[in-house]
Amino acid sequence: MKSFHLTVSVLAFAAAMPAAARDQIQVTGSSTVLPYATIVAEAFGENFDFPTPVVEGGGSGAGRKKLCEGVGENTVDIANSSSRISQSDIDLCAANGVAEVMEVRFGYDGIVFASAVDGPEFALTPADVYNAVAETVLKDGALVANPNGTWSAVNAALPDQNILVLVPGTKHGTREVFDTKVIIAGCKETGAHDLFVAAAEGADDKEKAANADKACMELRTDGKSIDIDGDYTETLARLDADKNAVGVFGLSFYQNNTDKLKVATMSGIVPSTESISSGEYPVSRPLYFYVKKAHIGVIPGLKEYIEFFVSDDMAGPDGPLAEYGLVSDPELAATQEMVASETPMAPLQ
Amino acid sequence: MTDISAAGPGIRRPKQSILTASDNMKRRNAAEVRFKAYGLLAITVSLTMLAIMLFTIFRDGVSSFHQATLNFPVELTAETLDPKGNRSREEMVKVTTVGYQKVLSQALLAELQARGITQEGVTDKQIADLISKDAAGALRARILANPDLVGTTIDANILAAGRVDGFLKGRVTYGTAERDNQISPDQLRLVEQLRDAGIVQSSFNWTFFTNPDASDQRPEAAGLGVALLGSAYMMLMVLVMCVPVGVAASIYLEEFAPKNRWTDAIEVNISNLAAVPSIVFGILGLAIFINFAGMPQSSSVVGALVISLMTLPTIIIATRASIRAVPPSIRDAALGVGASKMQTVFHHVLPLAMPGILTGTILGLASALGETAPLLLIGMVAFVDNYPSAPPEGFLDPATALPVQVYSWASRADPAFIERSNGAIIVLLVFLVVMNVAAILLRRRFERRW
Repeated sequence: MKSFHLTVSVLAFAAAMPAAARDQIQVTGSSTVLPYATIVAEAFGENFDFPTPVVEGGGSGAGRKKLCEGVGENTVDIANSSSRISQSDIDLCAANGVAEVMEVRFGYDGIVFASAVDGPEFALTPADVYNAVAETVLKDGALVANPNGTWSAVNAALPDQNILVLVPGTKHGTREVFDTKVIIAGCKETGAHDLFVAAAEGADDKEKAANADKACMELRTDGKSIDIDGDYTETLARLDADKNAVGVFGLSFYQNNTDKLKVATMSGIVPSTESISSGEYPVSRPLYFYVKKAHIGVIPGLKEYIEFFVSDDMAGPDGPLAEYGLVSDPELAATQEMVASETPMAPLQ
Repeated sequence: MTDISAAGPGIRRPKQSILTASDNMKRRNAAEVRFKAYGLLAITVSLTMLAIMLFTIFRDGVSSFHQATLNFPVELTAETLDPKGNRSREEMVKVTTVGYQKVLSQALLAELQARGITQEGVTDKQIADLISKDAAGALRARILANPDLVGTTIDANILAAGRVDGFLKGRVTYGTAERDNQISPDQLRLVEQLRDAGIVQSSFNWTFFTNPDASDQRPEAAGLGVALLGSAYMMLMVLVMCVPVGVAASIYLEEFAPKNRWTDAIEVNISNLAAVPSIVFGILGLAIFINFAGMPQSSSVVGALVISLMTLPTIIIATRASIRAVPPSIRDAALGVGASKMQTVFHHVLPLAMPGILTGTILGLASALGETAPLLLIGMVAFVDNYPSAPPEGFLDPATALPVQVYSWASRADPAFIERSNGAIIVLLVFLVVMNVAAILLRRRFERRW
């Protein structure tokens, strides 16, 4: 009899489970956006009568896949992303019945090069970085395996210090920006890109250029460029251990650790929220979050949360996000309008 | 005798005495001495590692149990906090934390003026920055819960900003403040004055155990509250789910099941299950409990189910071992006086196996408490700011767990979170030590040797 009661109560418990309505917003995605999203979530919980949203990290790609898993209370409402959604994600969404997704760009994130605070100053250019970390560089008019051992060999103006660059691992959104805005830019600047195109195989110019880009992005494997698969705290720890290292960080991370890090200029521009929003500092990327439109009106507070996120109080140039290191989006007003009218995103170009 | 005759008279043995050591003897003795030295060395190495680990954790973590607070009177002006003046909650919620922040910073400035504390090179905004960003939200919640406070003056005991706390703990110095864009050396000089005046105080950090997690801008407010509650919920559910199932399975397998190919296969599989990496259970949990059964993400019930799957083999193995350790004579005697098989098991075998079962369960729970990997996949590594409600509904609410909190703090940008992370490790270690000591004591107290 007892066991019967137990079975019945377990079954009842299991049956009651899906019936419980979710009353808090679920957010997942990019670990770069995570600190911004938690700051907004916390302020949202303080100032609104809705529960504080639950914010998860885990990566941009993983977050978008979770968003596209389907519609319903046990799927997430918002995916944070430090890179733009891809067509394959949109297809996945459509296949799983997630018809309308809102794309909200709320600001920009700068990517900076920084070294130990008591070390020498670095004034880098994309070409310097390319010559320091690429597998193959242009030397005396020919492509050769990277011979540079010290920064001064790359550029006589740089310190005479062994090259060691801590690069974000390939699973990071930061790596994409590093590749396109620094490595490929440097590759083109040094002229290596032209030779790669000339040597590349491909049916047409477009394919050749793509293959040349790929060849540019090959980093040296002799231990002078190290992929960091963890987050910026790991990069900082490696930099503490080896004072010669130069690490790649997010601007916000650097701003929270100015007592340990010295930032390098890029093409003569000091990275700051101002120089990034004006577009002077070249290495930056937009930050997004993607909202499942079908959940607006179902999950309480979802629309309020999005509106609060992009409001001037939060994402504006004087808001707490800018204070933390976000570069405010100059077109924030358009975004606010888009959120207010709940416009879903147009197909990708 | 046979040895001597086998050696034969033709072979001359060296003259031996038990009083003088032969070469062979010396060699064997030396080998023993060496082996003991290796053993000692191994123990020294492992103890040193443990000592280094504990030392670094305690060095970096103990400071999280102290927290700097600001103590000053705050006048809760009705004009800002309740502009309509009717003390109704609906009207007062329109005043956001920005308004409360102003009230707090004005009160601090007024207090400094009244006490005659001044500092060159510090602006009013920089003085306001000494107050934690969390304080306004805490004050707002307090006043909305009790609107009658508006118009009175309260003695506020609020959190100081993380850098101020770091200064009192020695993490932030004048040297680092030079290069820090969140605090200036002049602000630190002001903090020293405030400390001398008794406005800045350092006291035991209760909020570390009660507060939920906080965002990157307010490390001083981050606490383990949600994580402790989530871990407690999970352990409770693991206990309720694992012990009956595990013990019943073990009893059946040991006492009732026929010994054949099937039970052998089950036995091998249970041992294999205990060795499956925990992340695999996480993937399983995501696929079955969340995607298929539709249970809520980040909830402690899913965490408990996943961890139960992991703990179950451990409990079954421990239980079977302790049932097997009960001598067959007990069973024979019980059966001999006419007890049924079931009576034998429940009246005699199980009570005698109980201490072993308990120990196994506690050790299984202790390892489950420290489990992180499967929780990564089911959404428990998250920023959860609201406490889960009371059980049973609370089991469905989002929660985190202790090891997960360690993990997520360790990857935050602000160095103050490293201290918190180590503090959380200390709390986790204390729980583990208590559980392991309880297991040892129970075994000592109740174990019977046959």
